[in-house]
Amino acid sequence: MSDLALEITAVDKFYGPIDTGVHAVKSFDMNVARGDIVALLGSSGCGKTSTLRMVAGFEEVSRGSIKIADREVNRLPPVQRNVAMAFEGYSLYPTVNVRDNIAFALKAKRLPQAQVDARVNEVAEMLEIADILDRIPAQVSGGQQQRASLARALIRDADLYLLDEPMGQLEPQLRTLLRGRIKHFIKERGLTAVLVTHDQTEANALADKIAVMEDGEMQQFASPAEIKERPANLFTGTFIGEPPMNVFQAKVGRADGRIGFHLAGDLALIYPAEVFSAELHKAILGKSEVALGVRPYAVRRVEGGAPAQVVTNQWLGDQSHIAARFAEGTLVLVEHDRARVGVGDQIGVELNPRDLHIFDPDTGDAISHGQELA
Amino acid sequence: MDTQSTLEKVLRGIAITAVILFFMFPIFWIFLMSFQTNETILRVPPSIVFEPTLTNYKALITGRLESTAGALEIEFMSNLFNSAYLSTMAVIVGLILGVPAAYAFGRLKFRGSEDIAFTLLSFRFAPPLLVLLPLTIYFQQIGLANTYFGLIWVYQLIVLPLILWIVRGYFEDIPADIEYAYRIAGHGFWATFRKIALPLAMPGIAAAGLLAFIFAWNNFIFALVLASADKQPVTVGALAFVTASGIQYGQIAAGIVLSILPTLALALYAQRYLVEGLSLGAVKG
Repeated sequence: MSDLALEITAVDKFYGPIDTGVHAVKSFDMNVARGDIVALLGSSGCGKTSTLRMVAGFEEVSRGSIKIADREVNRLPPVQRNVAMAFEGYSLYPTVNVRDNIAFALKAKRLPQAQVDARVNEVAEMLEIADILDRIPAQVSGGQQQRASLARALIRDADLYLLDEPMGQLEPQLRTLLRGRIKHFIKERGLTAVLVTHDQTEANALADKIAVMEDGEMQQFASPAEIKERPANLFTGTFIGEPPMNVFQAKVGRADGRIGFHLAGDLALIYPAEVFSAELHKAILGKSEVALGVRPYAVRRVEGGAPAQVVTNQWLGDQSHIAARFAEGTLVLVEHDRARVGVGDQIGVELNPRDLHIFDPDTGDAISHGQELA
Repeated sequence: MDTQSTLEKVLRGIAITAVILFFMFPIFWIFLMSFQTNETILRVPPSIVFEPTLTNYKALITGRLESTAGALEIEFMSNLFNSAYLSTMAVIVGLILGVPAAYAFGRLKFRGSEDIAFTLLSFRFAPPLLVLLPLTIYFQQIGLANTYFGLIWVYQLIVLPLILWIVRGYFEDIPADIEYAYRIAGHGFWATFRKIALPLAMPGIAAAGLLAFIFAWNNFIFALVLASADKQPVTVGALAFVTASGIQYGQIAAGIVLSILPTLALALYAQRYLVEGLSLGAVKG
């Protein structure tokens, strides 16, 4: 038995005929280790739910292979895959109460009643639905239905737990509380889970690894920290992080032992050449133009920095978001203290070379993060 | 609605009464006619005051009509049985074929499914007369003319599209996730259809079955051409009252009253389930 709970290899999904239909998932590879929580993160229509449904067995795999616990499941019906799934929407059996909905799979396995009750109560208390167990689904709110669906999945003994937007309809406070509890529940039992979400906070908080998807393709599959610090391409760089990464087109020049990034509006960012590694020099000097990314948190305001003009300054209660006109574009910077600048003020900004992400403007692939090659 | 003025209430009451009178009067009049002889029905001016008689009903039920022109054999009771038998069987066959088909059209998107579903609906576009002649010839050649089996088959033209399209909508309204959840919890496709989809679509199936029954019961043209006296339903059998010695209005009225009763009873009975199903609040949207 390998230590992989899920192996997705070169999977394609077409809706309609293969090769001519809608190409929803494109040569997708992903291995999930036993005991890991993996988040499929992407905007709607990116193929993440299609991927999850192929794993569950509700959608046919057009090409490629899916293995759950070392068993190829492409042709197996959902019942034989031994997976549990929590649904985003209304999925409770309408005619039985919440308790029976949650206990359903356990009852089918003929577990002793006392054991079923104990497990239902445990999971219901964890998800704060112990008080609605005797109601039928039509009598409870959407958020409660969603938690009941989650409970119904988590209570089972499965090889893999599939969670489709499991907290989409919950209030923010409850979401924060339950994220911690659910993660603890899964980790404590050593379960393996694949979570579909479009909420990066949820992905960051719950997942050991995040698979960023766009347009049916995997963009990056790495830990939350890795994705934030070393985005594989321009898409991941700008998709992850709030507010999003600032990106500027720059021409690269080198003179007198210095490297310069020439931005629009006659603005140049000049750095001593030795701050970048030799390999990095070679990589960027081969390009006439690069895309330069910097996260809003990494931009500093300094006297005598590159000139920028404040367009807006919003205080969000715990941080300031300043948008400034910079190099004929907009630069967003975040400060943790209340910034005392007004609209129209001239400020100087500094972009530290170790915070720069350099991307190939044609392919979007990352060339470097900070001072080293990607 | 509590802001409604008295005038509005009165006008509304008058309007409702007018509509009810308009639609119920023919039925009321037929009901009265069924208790009268031809003489009192045809007198001028008509009157709602008369001496009620049960001769019409007696004649229908015993099957013998004694009149001035002599005794007349009436097949009414066997016609009534034919109607009930044909309609019931047509609906049963229609449900057995139509409900799984509706599920397939509603849930499983396969190539050409829309086209096939639309083709089945298109049977209802053409007037029955269009297919009647070729159908009659075929049926005579293969020996299905004047058989219950053949009639029930032809009735599928009426009931199958109706059941298919009504029930399909109900299946489509069930969130697919409920079925997915049941399947992933360890049940096969067939069990999911039986235990989840069928019960949740039951109000729709009941409504479709009832409508199909009424349509089959009221059918005239297919049965007129394809059935002879011993297989014909009441709708065709009523023609027998147009005799050489005159039209037996009293018997026609009594026949109508008797032939309305089964569908009325069925509708009242099914209504409970329809309302129950709709108020179950199966799925909160």
